[in-house]
Amino acid sequence: MFKESIKMSWKNIVHNKMRSFLTVLGIVIGVAAIIALITIVQGVTNEVTSEFSAMGTNTLSVQIRGTALKKGLNEKELQKLSQLEGIAGVSPTVSLQMPVIHHGTIQEGVSIQGKNEVYFRHETELIKAGRALNALDMNQKNRVCIISESLEKKLYFAHSALGETLQIGGITYTVVGVAEDSTSMESMMNGAEKVYVPFRNAMTMTGSHNITAVDLYMTDSSQSDDIIQSVKNVLNSAFNYKEDSYSVTNLEDLLAMMNKVTGMMTTMLVGIASIALLVGGIGIMNMMLVSVTERTTEIGLRKALGAEPRQIQIQFLLESIFLALFGGIIGLFAGILAAFLVSLYIGFGFVLSYQAILLAVGFSTLVGVAFGLAPARKASRLNPIDALRSV
Amino acid sequence: MSREILSMKDIVKCYDMGEEQQTILDHIDFSVREGEFVSILGPSGSGKSTMMNILGCLDVPTSGYYKLSGNDVDHMEERELARIRNREVGFVFQAFQLLPRLTAAENVELPLIYAGVNASERRERAASMLDRVGLSHKMEHYPNQLSGGQQQRVAIARAMVTQPTILLADEPTGALDQKTGRQVMELFQELNREGRTIIMITHDEQIARNASRIVRILDGKLTEEESDV
Repeated sequence: MFKESIKMSWKNIVHNKMRSFLTVLGIVIGVAAIIALITIVQGVTNEVTSEFSAMGTNTLSVQIRGTALKKGLNEKELQKLSQLEGIAGVSPTVSLQMPVIHHGTIQEGVSIQGKNEVYFRHETELIKAGRALNALDMNQKNRVCIISESLEKKLYFAHSALGETLQIGGITYTVVGVAEDSTSMESMMNGAEKVYVPFRNAMTMTGSHNITAVDLYMTDSSQSDDIIQSVKNVLNSAFNYKEDSYSVTNLEDLLAMMNKVTGMMTTMLVGIASIALLVGGIGIMNMMLVSVTERTTEIGLRKALGAEPRQIQIQFLLESIFLALFGGIIGLFAGILAAFLVSLYIGFGFVLSYQAILLAVGFSTLVGVAFGLAPARKASRLNPIDALRSV
Repeated sequence: MSREILSMKDIVKCYDMGEEQQTILDHIDFSVREGEFVSILGPSGSGKSTMMNILGCLDVPTSGYYKLSGNDVDHMEERELARIRNREVGFVFQAFQLLPRLTAAENVELPLIYAGVNASERRERAASMLDRVGLSHKMEHYPNQLSGGQQQRVAIARAMVTQPTILLADEPTGALDQKTGRQVMELFQELNREGRTIIMITHDEQIARNASRIVRILDGKLTEEESDV
C-alpha cells in the first residue's frame, strides 16, 4: 500500500513537470542559499582557525603603533620581554618587499621576512629542505636565507636552490633552506614568494631600528592574564604609558571571539535564508491545494473504491514531501556548487560538511510535511458524494 | 429461495435546508436476495441518488437499519465504511470514472490496492477480469484510447475485481449510445446469470426492463413491481 502511494505520488509530480519545478523553485533557492552560506562560512572559519592555531594558541601577538618619539621596540626591550616570567621566547618580524635576483632573473615584489632563531624553533614544520636560521646567523648577521618553495620554482626552475646564491638589494645571500609555502592571510595578500633572512639583516634593509611586530611564546597559556600584564608593564615603560601605542593580543582569546562571531553570523544568515524556505513551503502548499481541487473527482472515486481517509492523506502528504525533498536535493547540489566556486575564487579550502546535507534533507522534508499537512487533510476529508458529483 | 444479502428497514434520510427539514427518503423498506438483478427506477429528484449513496455505503441514513452482507452499516464510521465499500460494493458510474493516467489494467487493479492485495496477484486478477469483459487485448491502453463502451466495460471489470457482494450501477448506459448501451446491458445479464447480484439505478424505463425485478421510487417512497421477465 505504501509502495503504491509512493508510485502514485511520483506519477503526479512527473505528470506536471513544469508546474512541479516552478513550485519547488522556492525550496531550491532556500536550501541552496543555506547550504552555500554554511559551507562558505565554515570553510573560511576553518581556514582562519587553522592559521591561528598554526601560530600557536600559546602565542601573544604584540603590535606596535608607536608614538611620535618612539616608533617601535629596540633590541634591549626585546631582551627585557624575553626575560619575563612565563615567556619562552620572543620572535620579532621585520617585513618588507623587494625584488630578488638570481643569475639575471628578477622576481619583483618578494616578501622579505626578517625572523630570529626562536621563530624557526617554534615553526618546526616550516623547513622542507636544508636548515633553519640559527642564533649564530643572527649574531653574525650572516648573509644566508631561506626561500619558499614557490620562489625556488620560479628562480631555480627544476633545480634545488640549496647552496645557490640570491641577490637581495644588491647583496648576495646564500640559500641554506627551502620553506613550505604558507597559506596564511598574509601570503594570500603578498604572494607566496618569500625569503626569510636574519631579522637584523632585514632591519638593515629597512634602515630602521624599530621593531613593530613581535610574537611572544608563553610557557603556559593558562597563566596568560598574568603574563599579558607583565608584558604590558614593559611596554608601558617603553612607551611612556601611552596605551594606544601598542596592542597585545592573545590568539586564544581572539580565536574564541572569532568563533563566536562566525557562529552568530551563520545563525543570522541561515535565518535570512530560511525565509526563502518558508516562501517555498507556501508555494508547495498552494500547489497542493490546487492539486486537491483539480483531483476532487479522483479523490471521490478512490474513496468509493475503498480508500480510507488516512490513505488519501498519506498519498497527498507523500506528494508534498517528494516535491520538497526534490527541491531540497536540487538546492543541495546548487548550494554545494556555489560554495565550491566561491571557495575557488576566494581561495579557502572547500569542505563539504555532512551537517549541511542532513540540514538540507531534514529541512526540506520538514517543509514538505508542514505545508503538505493542511492540503492532505483537506483531501482526506472530502465527501465522496460531493466529490463524485463535481464531474 | 436464496438468502437475503441486503436489507433496509425503515430508512429515513433528511437534509437540513435552512429552517425546514427536507425528507429525501421516507421510511423505506428494501431487500435484495443473492443473485437478483434489481432496477431502481425513478425520475430525477425522486431520491434515487440518495438511495444509491446509502446502498453503496457512501452515506449513512438519518435513521433506520441497513444490513449489508451481515454488516450493520447504518452507524458505521468513515473508516469502516471505506472497508465495506472496498469489499462488498462494486460501483459502476454513469461517467465511467476511470483515472486518465492509469492504463486499463491499472484502473482495474485500483480497488485491490486498497484491499491490500500484493502486486502480482493484483495483476493476475485484473487480467482475468478484463478478459471476462472481452478486453484482454486492451490491458495497456489508456482510457482516452478506448471507446465509451470499452471504458464502461473496464469500469465494470474494476467493480467486479474484488468479488463484491453487490454490483451497484448508477445510470450505466447514460453516457453511451443505444447500441453500446444495449451491449453493456447484455453484459450485465450475463454476469447476473453467472450469479452476480446487481442493483441498477436508472430513470429509463426501457433500461430498467433488463432487470428481473423493478422497484419504483417517487418522492422518497418505494413501490415494488414484478417484472415480466
